[in-house]
Amino acid sequence: MSFDATFQEKKLKSVGTRPLRPDGVDKVTGRARYGADYNMPGQLVARVLRSPHAHARIVRIDTARAEGLKGVKAVITAADLPDLTNGNAALFAILDNCMARTKALYDGHAVAAVAAIDAKVARAALKLIEVEYEILPHVVDVDAAARPDAPVIDEGIFTSGVEPKPDSPSNVAARSEFGHGDVEAGFAKAEVIVERSYKTEQTHQGYIEPHACVANCNADGTADLWVCTQGHFVYRQNCADLLGLEVSKLRVTSSEIGGGFGGKTHVWAEPVALALSRKAGRPVKLVMSREEVFRASGPTSATSIDVKIGATRDGRITAATSTLRYTSGPYPDTWAEIGAMTSFACYDLENVKTVGFEVVVNRPKVAAYRAPSAPMAAFAVESAIDELAQEIGMDAVELRIKNAAQEGTRASYGPVYGPIGIGPTLDAARVHPHMSAPLGKNQGRGMACGFWFNFGGETCTDLNISADGTVTLAVGTVDVGGSRASLSLIAAEEMGIPYDDIKAVVADTATLGYNDMTDGSRGTFSSSMATISAARNAITVMRERAALMWDIPVEDVYWEEGQAKAAGSKYGNLSPLSVKDIAAEAGNTGGPIAGHSELVADGAGVSFATHICDVEVDPETGATSIVRYTVIQDAGKAVHPSYVEGQYQGGAAQGIGWALNEEYIYGEDGRLQNPGFLDYRIPVCSDLPMIDTQILEIPNPNHPYGVRGVGETSIVPPLAAVANAVSNAAGVRLSHVPISPPRILAALHKQARE
Amino acid sequence: MVEVTLWAGLIPLADNQKKVTVEATTIRDLLRKLGERYPGPKAPIKNEVAVVLDGTVYRNDWSKELPDGAEVFLMRRLAGG
Amino acid sequence: MSAIAVSTTINGDDVEFLCQPDETLLDVLRNRLGLLGSKEGCGTGDCGACSTVMDGRVVCSCLVLGAEAEGHTIETIEGMAQGKDLHPLQRKFIEHAALQCGICTPGFLVTAKALLEVNPDPTEEEIRFWLAGNLCRCTGYDKIVRAVQDAAREMRGEVA
Ligand code: FES
Ligand code: FES
Repeated sequence: MSFDATFQEKKLKSVGTRPLRPDGVDKVTGRARYGADYNMPGQLVARVLRSPHAHARIVRIDTARAEGLKGVKAVITAADLPDLTNGNAALFAILDNCMARTKALYDGHAVAAVAAIDAKVARAALKLIEVEYEILPHVVDVDAAARPDAPVIDEGIFTSGVEPKPDSPSNVAARSEFGHGDVEAGFAKAEVIVERSYKTEQTHQGYIEPHACVANCNADGTADLWVCTQGHFVYRQNCADLLGLEVSKLRVTSSEIGGGFGGKTHVWAEPVALALSRKAGRPVKLVMSREEVFRASGPTSATSIDVKIGATRDGRITAATSTLRYTSGPYPDTWAEIGAMTSFACYDLENVKTVGFEVVVNRPKVAAYRAPSAPMAAFAVESAIDELAQEIGMDAVELRIKNAAQEGTRASYGPVYGPIGIGPTLDAARVHPHMSAPLGKNQGRGMACGFWFNFGGETCTDLNISADGTVTLAVGTVDVGGSRASLSLIAAEEMGIPYDDIKAVVADTATLGYNDMTDGSRGTFSSSMATISAARNAITVMRERAALMWDIPVEDVYWEEGQAKAAGSKYGNLSPLSVKDIAAEAGNTGGPIAGHSELVADGAGVSFATHICDVEVDPETGATSIVRYTVIQDAGKAVHPSYVEGQYQGGAAQGIGWALNEEYIYGEDGRLQNPGFLDYRIPVCSDLPMIDTQILEIPNPNHPYGVRGVGETSIVPPLAAVANAVSNAAGVRLSHVPISPPRILAALHKQARE
Repeated sequence: MVEVTLWAGLIPLADNQKKVTVEATTIRDLLRKLGERYPGPKAPIKNEVAVVLDGTVYRNDWSKELPDGAEVFLMRRLAGG
Repeated sequence: MSAIAVSTTINGDDVEFLCQPDETLLDVLRNRLGLLGSKEGCGTGDCGACSTVMDGRVVCSCLVLGAEAEGHTIETIEGMAQGKDLHPLQRKFIEHAALQCGICTPGFLVTAKALLEVNPDPTEEEIRFWLAGNLCRCTGYDKIVRAVQDAAREMRGEVA
């Protein structure tokens, strides 16, 4: 029977409450086990040798001396990870990124690894590996890399998506284009045109837990991997592909995860640990240092974006264009394309054109970071919209309301929207007390909107009922921030039993069917759908069991408020059977009771948010402090409102860090100069005020309870909201993120001179 | 009969048409027929496509029915965070 | 290099261990004593995930050598609950959803407990500055500050 995911309006009892999370006690007592908190008997310690050069040919690697060191059990290079990718370019990029093959493509690129009896020996062994490099010219800046005279990183890259096909290679891997209407005609109708260029610097997801895993490859072809990941099933597939293992013989257990935000969706260290274990014949533990996390794991794109918007004096946008250049690290990817799709997604535009260029550079391979690519595009567009409002003398909220997308609008990326929440978030912002609060000296207010797609995906869930009527819920999406609590609420709701009767766990790859990566804000959306489906299947079984217990036809048994009830007056004296009653008799009515579910959760529904931000800028130092911050976002339905608020607040804080401080700083030599939390400064407690949240609930028609994804959209508006606020406070436009004190001072000085 | 709008990357593979009309009842049906008509796009259709129905993105649910008069849009499959 | 014998008190118990001269207290706690609640987020004193209390002062255990613990008293997250009874801060962190991933939580709890011992009635600003050495990437700190405020209220005997 296929699962009916249609939204049904009904009163919910459990969903929407705020119970304690099931993993809370383990996490406040230090008992929860994260990636680095696991050990296998006889395990070795791994360390990775990384390129100090931004771009260099690997002429020769000699590992003999390292191998000869007492206590060293295995040394590997790319030769130990043969290319099994069969022409799959994306998989090859992952392989080459795990261990450089012919060239080191960025500062920090792995070139060799050792496994030894302890960390000290492993470190000593790294020093004994001799690598001869032929240093090549490098390029890290997005605009410099796109220029025709830039050193070409990969001779095999010819810009795709352009006619005629280029006959020489370049660092521009692809061009993509979206839009509709006639932008030239639209601009001709405009009375005011704003045309600006923007830049954003590369940031890191900044999860506090570095990548960590323990790997064991056995001689019989079986293998185990304990790892912090957003998707253990996907890691299993990637590792099996790269090492030539049979998928089902590799068992991957996801540890508690200390933050991911998209950064734990790729394998980096795991194939290396497995290859070391295979060579050494012993388990291997590999934990990245913070420096390695910055130098070699997933940053976001650095970008350079041009925006042009034309409008009539009454505030109607007549045409809009954007050209977006995004770095992807040394391998081609589609980050600019996503930026091009999202850039004008909030607006209802007659004439729009967006063009993305993927640019390869000598920086680490870009990984997804919360609503990947959208924050930078929103920064550029929402800054320009703000300037447009100022030029025509219109309130910034009014201008956005006037042009906001709505049901039936053709999105700038192509399709026509169904019911969406941008209008309601703007209406809520207009009347929010924050909007009319007084501002002090040197203070300014800004606001901005944001969009993200949200995904669903392949999902598998098991629900087992124990003899006492309590329930184990086994899910295959990773709990990145309270989803076990949310999913228990869902099971409680659907079955009509107390939340406390349910224990949710994250199952490993050997005990549950495949689940896609926990990304795209899909964790609660998808697994809740699968949980509802599993609960419905378990209820079907329980109705059958109740029918047996009563000796009546199953058609006469219905389920209501956690109980099997007999329908009709002829069974008048049968008192209802609870889950506990039915479970107690399970042994004699057909054995264990379970509900299983495997489905594709699709139709996640797009998500919108509007943020309001007040800042105070110190004109002497250029330092900015956030005075007040408000997040308004559509959740569809907030399953556990505390954790929904947490997602809104966390995303806003990350966006504020990106807006004000965070950036990768490269030296002339192409080396990263700030690979640590001291110099790559993420927001600390004293940098932020309380972050107010307002949850709107516009039900998603494609989910039984109306749930949408909530995890990502909250990082999209802050860059622009903060920039607009700073620009209003300082009286000068800031178009380069992060808006760090030196950039603000430079802008103020420039303005004073002019 | 549904009218399908293609994402820019597919257009060159589909005889440079931006919109194509297909007789199809489900996403699976639609993708199969597109694959037969334009042997070119077959590979990207298998791995890289998401189908947008009336504004909602479907990445995997190929059994989804195409409602009458639905707005159908083929888009690249995206990564999330 | 030969190992050094160290005698300390950890969470109220006498503990003796051997460690290398260059081994950090964090490594000793995690790798030799099985106290895995202190986390390594950076190893350079910048994140606070490894926070422990040494003779009443909060320290980054990644910046202290194991050998330096000789004769001192160490408190870690593992010693915070009294048997089955959670410390009010631990309870309030769960109640207020002050953790998402939870990797930063042990460090925040150890640090916040030390704050409330010296200042039972801190202002929001005092809380924020006291906790400024502990990084959290998930929560935006809002719910952490609220949990600390609420725990402080309860510990002062003001029932909310
Ligand atoms: S691990 Fe000690 S401060 Fe980060
Ligand atoms: S809860 Fe994840 S870092 Fe604080």
